Order: sequence, then C-alpha cells, then structure tokens
Amino acid sequence: MADRPVPVAEKRLMEVKLGELGTWLGGRDYSPNGIVSMFRRAHTRYYNKYIGVKKGGIGGIAMLLAGYVVISYVWSYDHLKHDRWRKHH
Amino acid sequence: MTVSLFDQFESPLFLGIPLMAIALVLPWALLPKPCSRWISGRYLTLQNWFISRFTHQIFQPISHPGYKWALLFTSLMLFLITVNMLGLLPYTYTPTTQLSVNMGFAVPLWLATVIIGMRNQPSLSLAHLLPEGTPTPLIPVLIIIETISLFIRPLALGVRLTANLTAGHLLLQLISLAAFVLLPIMTATAFLTWSLLVLLTLLEIAVAMIQAYVFVLLLSLYLQENV
Repeated sequence: MADRPVPVAEKRLMEVKLGELGTWLGGRDYSPNGIVSMFRRAHTRYYNKYIGVKKGGIGGIAMLLAGYVVISYVWSYDHLKHDRWRKHH
Repeated sequence: MTVSLFDQFESPLFLGIPLMAIALVLPWALLPKPCSRWISGRYLTLQNWFISRFTHQIFQPISHPGYKWALLFTSLMLFLITVNMLGLLPYTYTPTTQLSVNMGFAVPLWLATVIIGMRNQPSLSLAHLLPEGTPTPLIPVLIIIETISLFIRPLALGVRLTANLTAGHLLLQLISLAAFVLLPIMTATAFLTWSLLVLLTLLEIAVAMIQAYVFVLLLSLYLQENV
C-alpha cells in the first residue's frame, strides 16, 4: 500500500528524513498562535501518555518537574557561575 | 566574594526571556482540564476532589449571589498553591515573592468586593464600618479606624503573601549556607544546622499551602460582607 505524498512541512517530526529537516523547520508555523498550539499539542501528547492514564504514578509529574528544574538551572546559569569557589571566575 | 542573599529574587534573563514567564505559565501544564471520560485517571480524580472540597469549604458561608465568584477563587487558589510549591524546588523562581504580583492579585479583587457592596447594598456596606454595641462617644473614632482598616486590606493581603514567602526563602538559603560552610569546620554544629534546615523545609511546604489558603479565605470573607 503506497502512502499518499504529504508535503514535508506537515509531516510528524519522527517521519521527516534527515535531509528534509531544514525544509521541515522552515515550513512550520511560527506565528504566536502556531507556537501556542505547538506547546499545546506537545503537552496533550505528554499528558495522554504519562499522566492521564488509569493508574498513573508519580513518574509523569516527576519527569515534568525534573525538566522544569533543569530549565531553571540553564536559565540562571549566568548568575550561578559566580557561586563557584574559585579565585578567577 | 560578597554574599548576596537577595539575588534569588531576581528573575534571570536568558535570550531576553525572564524565568518568571516560565514560572507563571507552568501551572497550566500541571493542572489538566477535566476530561470527557466517565472515569478519569488518578491525577485528574485527585484534582477534581480537591477542587470540589475546596469550593464547598470556601463558599458554604457565602450567600447565593456570591457563587459567581467560585471559578475565580478556586482558580486563584490552585494557581497560588501550585506556584508556591513549585518555588520550593531547587533553582526555580517563585513569582509570588514579588510584591507586584501579589498586589496585582489583591487590589483588583478587594476593590471588586468593595464596589459590589457599595453598588448593590450601600447602607449595609457602610454599616460594616461600625461594629455593633460600640459606646456612643467612641463612634467617630471607630468609623475612622474602620475606614483605615478597610483601605489597608489590599496592602495587607499582598504584603502578607510576599513577606511570608520571601522570608521563608531567605531563611532557607541562609541556613543552608551556614550548614555548608560549617561542615569542614565544626561538623557537629553543621549537623544541628542541617536538621534545622530539614525542619524549616517542612515548615516552608506548610507555609506555601497555608498562605495561599489564607489569601483566598480572606478574599472570600470580604466577599461575604459585601455580596
């Protein structure tokens, strides 16, 4: 069964070939609505896979919070690097 | 090396975006909307249970016209409790340590309760300025005092939340710094300091939840007087 040809920009990320990556990135919708819908889709997929299941454990939320801690660290790295105990920063 | 304990309250910029933006948006990711299934997962069930218990608790003493505020108060409570608890994670930023954020919550909501009271039942609202059973000579003074206390309410609401959270975060950083520095020098004292830190962290978790509750509870009391 042959798949119908789909325009590159509308493929899912996992189905984009490496050579097409530039075209894919260029064709995405970067308007404010587009970016919000990007986050919303990602969150919906993550939620349905890890958190919104019948017997969801602490793992789903814990992964999200761990990611948040890492992002906060990256955000404040410029300020935190002055806390190292070194003579020259 | 100057020790500056207040640097944790600055919102660090990265590529021009302050961390506060992420900290304010994160509760959206952690609080899912009710799904259309008959039985939802554990997390959503817990959230729904909490919301219904809380709404029942807060709105029991309020009369029917005040029930319009249920959505506002419950979402405010969820937001505050989430944001306060998230601030206890390492390296994260707490938006409610900023007076601007808390005054932004307190002033409009308090003003709304006052305006609703003055518009719908002006004499009853003004009557709140004089407690029952005051001796006659004291009436003028008491009216002035009650008016001042009315206008100080938004300030108190905002500053209470700010001060509690800021003081808690400062203490945590100070005591952890002390424990860390004392570790090679006086290990026993460092152990005592560390146990103090553990207790303080438990207190901070409690304070985070309690302060959010107190904020919304006081607003519901002001609504009760005026609706």
